[in-house]
Amino acid sequence: MVNEIDVKKIDSIVMDKYEADSENLLHILQDINSEYSYIPEQGMKIVAERLCIPVSQVYSVATYYKALNLEPRGRHVISVCTGTACHVRGAGKIIEKIERELGIKAGGTSSDMKFSLQTVRCIGCCSLGPVINVGEDTHGRLKQDALPKILKKYE
Amino acid sequence: MSYATIEKLNSLKESGLKRIYPGRIKINVGMATCGISTGAGRLYDQLLEELEKFKIDALVARSGCLGFCQIEPLIDITFPGYPKLIYSRVTPDQLSGIVKELADGGLTGKGALARVTEDSSSVDGSMRDYPLTGIIEGIKDIPLISDLGFYKKQLKIALNNCGLIDPDSIEEYIARGGYYPLYKVLSGLKPEEVVDEIKKSGLRGRGGGGFPTGIKWETCRNAKGESKYIICNADEGDPGAYMDRSIMEGDPHSVIEGMIIGGYAIGSSQGYIYVRNEYPLAVKKCRIAIDKAHECGFLGENIFGSGFNFDIKISRGGGAFVCGESTALMASLEGKIGRPRAKYIHTVKRGFRDSPSNLNNVETWANVPTIISRGSGWYKKIGTEKSAGTKVFSVVGKINNTGLVEVPMGISLREIIYDIGGGIPGGKRFKAVQTGGPSGGCIPERLIDLSVDFDELTKVGSMMGSGGMIVMDENTCMVDIARYFIDFLKDESCGKCVPCREGIYRLHEILTGICNGEGKEEDIDLLLEMSRSIKMTALCGLGSTSPNSILTTLEYFRDEYEAHIIDKKCPAGVCKALITYTIDPEKCTGCVRCAKECPQEAISGEKKTPHVIHQEKCIKCGVCFEVCNFKSVVIN
Ligand SMILES: Cc1cc2nc3c(=O)[nH]c(=O)nc-3n(C[C@H](O)[C@H](O)[C@H](O)COP(=O)(O)O)c2cc1C
Ligand code: FES
Repeated sequence: MVNEIDVKKIDSIVMDKYEADSENLLHILQDINSEYSYIPEQGMKIVAERLCIPVSQVYSVATYYKALNLEPRGRHVISVCTGTACHVRGAGKIIEKIERELGIKAGGTSSDMKFSLQTVRCIGCCSLGPVINVGEDTHGRLKQDALPKILKKYE
Repeated sequence: MSYATIEKLNSLKESGLKRIYPGRIKINVGMATCGISTGAGRLYDQLLEELEKFKIDALVARSGCLGFCQIEPLIDITFPGYPKLIYSRVTPDQLSGIVKELADGGLTGKGALARVTEDSSSVDGSMRDYPLTGIIEGIKDIPLISDLGFYKKQLKIALNNCGLIDPDSIEEYIARGGYYPLYKVLSGLKPEEVVDEIKKSGLRGRGGGGFPTGIKWETCRNAKGESKYIICNADEGDPGAYMDRSIMEGDPHSVIEGMIIGGYAIGSSQGYIYVRNEYPLAVKKCRIAIDKAHECGFLGENIFGSGFNFDIKISRGGGAFVCGESTALMASLEGKIGRPRAKYIHTVKRGFRDSPSNLNNVETWANVPTIISRGSGWYKKIGTEKSAGTKVFSVVGKINNTGLVEVPMGISLREIIYDIGGGIPGGKRFKAVQTGGPSGGCIPERLIDLSVDFDELTKVGSMMGSGGMIVMDENTCMVDIARYFIDFLKDESCGKCVPCREGIYRLHEILTGICNGEGKEEDIDLLLEMSRSIKMTALCGLGSTSPNSILTTLEYFRDEYEAHIIDKKCPAGVCKALITYTIDPEKCTGCVRCAKECPQEAISGEKKTPHVIHQEKCIKCGVCFEVCNFKSVVIN
């Protein structure tokens, strides 16, 4: 699946919202990332051109930060917390269970583009560990056998 | 826009008090991330609907987190003439019952966790009680909140307002003494006097290193530079610590006010809050708070008519742990890759945009208004001689009462784990507590009477870090924990210096080998030697503290390493390669639950007869162990 790049949309982020200031590069890329679920290559080129910086600089920032993706992601992003509190309470088993349920590995996206699976080190809900986020919903106090039901809720 | 005045402040306080103590029914629903994830959002909607249905006149508000996250969702209700009642683990049915009680004109107190007869605020030292109309049967038997083990030893300064006020209401913040400290500063103190007060208070940075805040401010104030910057480190990267999130979600104004005061003290007119990418709600709450502070004239130009200008911007991080480090954070703020640099010149002299920049942690900033208001003398008396004040800890992991606790420094680990935390669940043995995040270490049971402050934690090889305390029981493998942290740091190393980039990678290889039963006897010495050299040679704090988890576990739990290496056993039953799951035929009732859940169809047996796990098919996912109601699955 290839998203059409809307130059106007990217321009409105770079030029209008962030006033073509390269100090805002990270924020610009974050906005593009949430618009497209990833940063399309062409998007990076447009950003570089508008900010008058090399594409390599845009690329280096885009690959450095975990919040930015270079591949399209599924409609729902599952983030399994692997922070310390969740780790000691069995986060490893939770992630393996989801991997088995969806047939993908952490970092992957299901072929129907429904789910992407990633790990995150602590989402600040440590007292309810193990915890996962699906999109913006947080599910805590998890056990392996509760997962299929939770995943079913998402279309 | 006209600037803020003391009259305006007083009138905002009046309206705030009317919101907190409206003289009619007041209901607070705890709606921080922890509350929402346990269903508080749905309860909130249900509450509004049912109040409407019964035509009950009540003021409903969303508050932050009271700290006792284990028993979320939390709701508190004040009925005129009653003490405030707190309900925990509220279910929709229970909520309907409570609304019916309200409709009948009172509260029975059934199912309430605690009652509150007075609210105190450490910012202004005020005490406000809930005027009672006689003693109501049933209610007086509910324990006072201050008598609950979880709260008894706590003293709230940074968490003063968390869970008590609506974070979106600047009036409620002011009603509890907020923005008066700023007025005090701008109406009568010189910047040097403010710096002096913070210096005398003994406040040390809560973000990890414990650097004296007043000295940092003074150096930044004295540094040469046309523009100076105030930065709030809200990157909260230590896994297992979430006090900064809670403060920003529950009491953002305390951070903002601290930053404005800091700006005045060092001579800066621009502040930044660098917030972790994973905290969307905190970003939202800070945005709202900044807008409100603008509207009231506490941010912007000519604050309180003093001629002092200050503004705050929010910057969202990109999800890189190392960006919590000061130089990396500032590079990231500039839109660059967040890689640390060597600190020959400190950021207080040349930081963000090559200008003097003063970086403090969220909790550090949140302490500032109270110190200004109550005075350094008052503050210094709390805590220990070299670690003044309180510290917020997130007590999590294998412990009964998980949550955020704020205690005077110097309290013993035992008090935190047993008196406040309520001990270890399931009658298990306490084994260790990990503090300081990936830079910290594991403190064993025998040091449980350690007094907790910056220096004592460092002495035993760990550190304060941002205040995460991850409690571990007999089923936690210490080699696995060391590998866990090294794995974390391997992913987060920015790759700039060799000791960190390569060294951590190799440490990880060795530890993984040990966990997989491939450890060699000389591995322990190799780990020690590499740890020492990484400590000495890494560029930034991430690398130089990275071996701490190995060094402390090796010092205190060497026998566990030896069990893995020599006996090829994981005593805690965690490392997959070294364990097997079997079913105890004596205990198995043949309920077939495990066989149904097993993803590998590795469990067989007739109904009502003991089942068997076929080892060649078993992938050791542990589902059978989790679902068995008869504890018949055993780990060998
Ligand atoms: C790898 C690394 C990560 C850090 N992460 C954080 C963090 O998430 N939050 C924080 O406040 N300080 C963090 N620090 C400490 C900061 O560098 C800095 O010392 C602190 O923010 C200063 O504020 P304070 O004096 O108020 O503690 C980190 C340091 C290192 C070396
Ligand atoms: S460790 Fe999982 S939410 Fe913090």
